[in-house]
Amino acid sequence: MLANYPTLRHILGRAGWYFITFLVAVTINFFLPRLGDANPIDTIIARASAGSADAVAQKKIAESYLKEFRLIQLDDQGEIIRDATGNPIKTGLAEQFASYLVMSLKGDLGTSILQYPKKVSEIIKDALPWTLTLQLPTIIFGWIVGNLLGALAAYKRGVFDRVLYPAALLASAVPAFCVGILLVYVFGIRLEWFPAVGGYDDSMVPNLSWEFISSASYYYVLPFLSIFLIVLGGQAIGMRSMCIYELGTDYVKYAKLLGIRETKILLYMFRNAMLPQLTGLALALGAMVGGALITEMIFSYPGLGMAVLTAIQGNDYSVITGCTLLVTVTVLIANFSVDILVGLLDPRIRAAQGGGGK
Amino acid sequence: MFRGLLKNPAFILGASLFLLTLLIALFAPLFLNVDTQTRVGLAYTPPSSEHWLGTDHMGIDMVSMLVAGLRSSLHVGFLAGTVATIVGTLIGVYGGYKGGLVDDVLTVATNLFLVIPSLIVLILLSSSMDQGRSLSLIALIIGCTTWTWSARAVRAQSASLRARDHVSLARINGYGSFGIVTLHILPYLLSYIFMVFILQTATGILSEASISMLGLGPYDSVSLGKILNEAIRNEALTDGAWWAFVPAMVLVTVIAFALYVINTAMEGVFNPRLRK
Repeated sequence: MLANYPTLRHILGRAGWYFITFLVAVTINFFLPRLGDANPIDTIIARASAGSADAVAQKKIAESYLKEFRLIQLDDQGEIIRDATGNPIKTGLAEQFASYLVMSLKGDLGTSILQYPKKVSEIIKDALPWTLTLQLPTIIFGWIVGNLLGALAAYKRGVFDRVLYPAALLASAVPAFCVGILLVYVFGIRLEWFPAVGGYDDSMVPNLSWEFISSASYYYVLPFLSIFLIVLGGQAIGMRSMCIYELGTDYVKYAKLLGIRETKILLYMFRNAMLPQLTGLALALGAMVGGALITEMIFSYPGLGMAVLTAIQGNDYSVITGCTLLVTVTVLIANFSVDILVGLLDPRIRAAQGGGGK
Repeated sequence: MFRGLLKNPAFILGASLFLLTLLIALFAPLFLNVDTQTRVGLAYTPPSSEHWLGTDHMGIDMVSMLVAGLRSSLHVGFLAGTVATIVGTLIGVYGGYKGGLVDDVLTVATNLFLVIPSLIVLILLSSSMDQGRSLSLIALIIGCTTWTWSARAVRAQSASLRARDHVSLARINGYGSFGIVTLHILPYLLSYIFMVFILQTATGILSEASISMLGLGPYDSVSLGKILNEAIRNEALTDGAWWAFVPAMVLVTVIAFALYVINTAMEGVFNPRLRK
């Protein structure tokens, strides 16, 4: 039935694949933290009940925590189900997983351990806008500029290439965190051109006023540059070798012999070389976001990266897994969008049979 | 082919840079007194003739820390690179050779783990381990999360070899999948797998540094990432103690850069289209 709508079929196929990926990601997110020997719930129960010597009171505290994190079974009214001796019944791992799956689909990521009783979703709601406004434009902009420069370097060669290529190679080899640390140190602390850490002036409360936005954009410069440079370097190198390949193809030679204008040939080449670059972007997105998260931590930028860092330092497992799940989902959505874009731009993909994970 | 490599200036640059770091890691402890335990001065003492790169926040000699860190980082890089290359090559070669359903399943699995950020998986795994986060374990975890790139790259090569005559001949002669893959496909991919290994080693070193930056580093050794993490946590940046973080950053960057340059140079030599 869908045979007449190749684009729609492509989109549906990819959507199915990404849904499976999402399920795997949720599964990983649930089981990996439970593989190790750390037991955060026991730790907070011990911490919370340390103050009272009374055994009954201690038991009550323990039960209230176990209830909060759904480690014991509850009935429909939210009361604890007890066995014959009055002890609560522990939830099995499979049941925990089932309830985790349902809850995360509903958007409920549990309760923070460190900032109890704050909800993980609240912490993420505060952090997510910062991460999105920092990473989304930076990666897109870096991709565009990097590709343009890469194509130019391949086409012009000569001095332009000899300067740009090693620079791009260096920029892509310098680890994300090193660029961040250097920018903080040189422009933030030594020269004091830009604020070194934070996302906005400490004396302000986040709102949509003009003063706050101008303060936030002032703080935006360094983290932006840090991520931008790395994305740009990597993309420029990829595009350069892509375009060198295209330059050797018959259609470019033919177009040159016909005397077609340089800019027009460049445009032809760009379109052909861009598609693998877009696919490359989809695949590299995970790594890019990971690097950008670390950049956030270096700049103490109030986004997800910082939330993860605070959570790791405080062993706040529910926040860690909440953030990791959200980052994964965001990367999946971004990937899906790039995939759809590639499908729309590339007639061959639309024509190809079947979906699948290839 | 190897003579071609030795004539390539980029390859020589990358290889000599990398060899230099390797030699420092191997032989520096013979000439220097590497001591990462004893306090030799005050916190963040500037470089002097006695301590070439000053001291860290604990007053420990930075040169000692760097040598120890370099050794750990290379250890992690090689171990993680080996694991990732072996896992990726096995999955890629087998899938590419077999084709059909096996290939489809392996490709879907590879793409799946390619899309899920490996840093996220690293964070989840390392944060679940309370105590036993040793250097080698971290390397193993990194290897198990970064193999996807090699699997993808090797699969494409292996699939292109599948239809070659010598493979068909081997099949007619009664070789099993294992024999064909090890005797008739892998030898053709060796140079390619070596390039993959170099990239995976770089990835391993960078991943260890990233994960240590988050405070999830090894408990039993000094690594370059851990030096950076400690420097940032203990305000080396605001104190202007550049010697506490710049040398470690330079080392990580030089190793990664050298490995990338080696890889690009090899690609240029093996792929005549890029040669000019």
